[in-house]
Amino acid sequence: MIDEDSPGMNPGLAEAASGEFPGETENGNGRTPRWRKFLRSLKVPALAIFSALFLGGILIILTDTDVLWAWARFFNDPMRALTRSWEAVWDAYSALFAGAFGSLSAWSETLLRATPLILAGLAVAFAFKASLFNIGANGQMILGAIFSAYVGFTFDVTGWILVPLALAGGVLGGFLWGGIAGVLKATTGAHEVITTIMLNFIAAFLLAYFLTTDTFLPSGSANPISKNMLEQARLHRFIGGERVDIGIFVAIAAVVLVWWVLEKSTLGFQVKAVGLSPDAAKYSGMKVALIIALTLAAAGGLAGLAGATVVLGATGVLTGGVIGNLGFDAIAVALLGRSNPWGVLAAAILFGGLNAGAVNMQAETQIPVDIVIVIQALIILFVAAPGLVRAIYRIKKVDTEEAQSFTSSWGSS
Amino acid sequence: MTTIPANASADEIQAPTDGEVALEAEELRKAKRVGWIWIFVGVAIIWLFGFGSEAGVETTFNLSLESDLSITLPSRISCFVIGAIIVLLGIVQSMRPLPKRTIFTVLVVLLAVFAFLIWATRDSSFSMVGMLQSTLIRATPLALGALAGVLCERSGVVNIAIEGMMLFAAFMGSFAAAASGNLWIGFAVGVVSGGILAYGHAGLSVTYKVDQIISGTVINFFALGITSYLAAQILTKYPDLNRAGTFARIKIPILGDIPFIGEILFDNNIYVYVAYFLLPFVTFMLFKSRWGLRVRSVGELPKAADTVGINVYRTRYISVILGGGAAGLAGSFLSLGSVGSFQQNMTAGRGYIALAAMILGRWNPMGALGAALLFGFAESLQSKLAIIGTPIPSEFLLMAPYIVTLFFVAGFGGRAQPPAADGVPYEQG
Repeated sequence: MIDEDSPGMNPGLAEAASGEFPGETENGNGRTPRWRKFLRSLKVPALAIFSALFLGGILIILTDTDVLWAWARFFNDPMRALTRSWEAVWDAYSALFAGAFGSLSAWSETLLRATPLILAGLAVAFAFKASLFNIGANGQMILGAIFSAYVGFTFDVTGWILVPLALAGGVLGGFLWGGIAGVLKATTGAHEVITTIMLNFIAAFLLAYFLTTDTFLPSGSANPISKNMLEQARLHRFIGGERVDIGIFVAIAAVVLVWWVLEKSTLGFQVKAVGLSPDAAKYSGMKVALIIALTLAAAGGLAGLAGATVVLGATGVLTGGVIGNLGFDAIAVALLGRSNPWGVLAAAILFGGLNAGAVNMQAETQIPVDIVIVIQALIILFVAAPGLVRAIYRIKKVDTEEAQSFTSSWGSS
Repeated sequence: MTTIPANASADEIQAPTDGEVALEAEELRKAKRVGWIWIFVGVAIIWLFGFGSEAGVETTFNLSLESDLSITLPSRISCFVIGAIIVLLGIVQSMRPLPKRTIFTVLVVLLAVFAFLIWATRDSSFSMVGMLQSTLIRATPLALGALAGVLCERSGVVNIAIEGMMLFAAFMGSFAAAASGNLWIGFAVGVVSGGILAYGHAGLSVTYKVDQIISGTVINFFALGITSYLAAQILTKYPDLNRAGTFARIKIPILGDIPFIGEILFDNNIYVYVAYFLLPFVTFMLFKSRWGLRVRSVGELPKAADTVGINVYRTRYISVILGGGAAGLAGSFLSLGSVGSFQQNMTAGRGYIALAAMILGRWNPMGALGAALLFGFAESLQSKLAIIGTPIPSEFLLMAPYIVTLFFVAGFGGRAQPPAADGVPYEQG
């Protein structure tokens, strides 16, 4: 059922459009310079991050017994309550920042964690461009990890062949998994949110199954941990002693590729056209079903590559929890990056930094790492609900914030 | 659906159009195809399970945990008989379609599963009552979670935040129960905290018109973050605050003494009984009451509902919050009804399974219960068979309900039709 009121507009697209056609600005005297536009587009994300950190700070204060005691004696010594609160939050956030960006090894950890987030974030963002909500990045990553791990511990050839082969295996695994959802959507209209959630579960059980087979386990082992990747299959660590590997360059290359596809290629144009209005795309002669299937499959391929970078890079083995919740974090990354490939890159580095820094923060201040999940949730909340940010900071509507519906609802599929 | 013009005469209404004839023929072909599938299933049972069981071997099913009530069946003969019954049903269906196909389909599936059990546990005994009890216990939070989904989505608000609401309620319920020392306070707090998150979801998706799927994602994230954070920050420092305990089982007099059935159905904790009451009650309210009609009209065609004076926003808010309460029940069941404490991410995707159950149950609480029982059955069957050991890897058994849902959503065996305005924000004029 097609609902005519359904705002199928997609914010990344709106943003891209306004960036590509500078003639369409409100400034009567020619055009707004690009850099100002760029700065303006940062306003909401920046305020979102600030607000999220602010609320996170309040949470830190509320759960710190020392600080609460100081507040209980507020009327005896008001300054003490305030300074203790400030210190608690300051200590936490400075440890967080130091662990994220404060040193070479902090950057290494940040980029290591950002790598799969960039790729999986692109997987979600690319689908958003076609108004598809790929909530299945987790399952696609798992399939990618399975395929690439299989290649990575099986074929004993030189690294120059093996690494690309294993990465390609990851892409293939994710492509197939995303393709299932894509084909189902294109042929039967089955909503991708539901199919990809189901495929996430199926992928997790499939992984659990493979980790009981002799093909994947070292001989004689019943532990659900796969054979080690061959040494030459591991992604090269290019800074001596630090864990960051060349996966980050693969991820950046993928950002450029996705940007190129979306902005410069016919396929990208068609993807965005389908996202904007499937009917209009259909009547202008595009093969909408094929594009939908291909978009989800390609998104899966990106997520599969993300899975590959995890098993070939950070872990070196396949385990049941190797992907964890990364596919869901990727949704947050895509939302914060406003479905723009470069935005995804920045958002993934931010989230990678939050995750890396949180470890340091917990070590230094005993504040649980889980607070960054709350902060991430609040960031997406403020990004997804620009109305909230506008209401809090009393700022005017900006053209890039208008669209609110990222995806087609399942009522209208 | 063909519409009938207002001025159509009586015969015009009676006479089916070409389209309808074609539809009937299509329906008939489909019904016959179902019959062939049943025949195939029956033959497969005779072949695999019948001949797969050695002659003279017996299967024992224990029907009670308290007494040694049990039945013993000859494995091979029983599988032959079950297979034959299914083949017979299939022949009848393919010749002349049976009325009420759904009921017969369920019957065929149950018989097939029964035959599988006879074969898989041949030459040993199997606790039927234990498996069915655990099916019910595993299905209850799923059914309640699915009820949350039904309430939201019938009013037109997509709810993928069931997971987050359940997790938050599991934490809050457990925390409140442990802090107050009273499980009933935990029960109430669980329901209320599910409702609070649902209020947030309604606020975002109805008032702020945030994409409902994104709003749900935010809530899932938030719930995971805040509960993990508070658990690590508070519960690890004060472990006493994580000793809530569980509701005791209440055996209903007379009914609970019925052998087999009584042990399964009428010797459970309060949550199960609440679910017994809520699921039919909400079904009745949704489909037979004025309130339900309003909710559904808001979910199908909000503009029309608005025109006749129904407050779309308020209706959606109330439905979503009620749904949150149901999700709260589902969540606090996990901590107060089964585990007795809170564990990080203890919902472990059950909210998403509830979502699947809602869809499989076609946005109907009783249908969702059926689907929840299917998921619960697969889980408990897997855990029981893992002990006995079967040639089928247990992961595939666990996977099965998800594959069924996948096929179902794709329209094989009955199209899932969501409420028309599900997920579409409404601009109240």
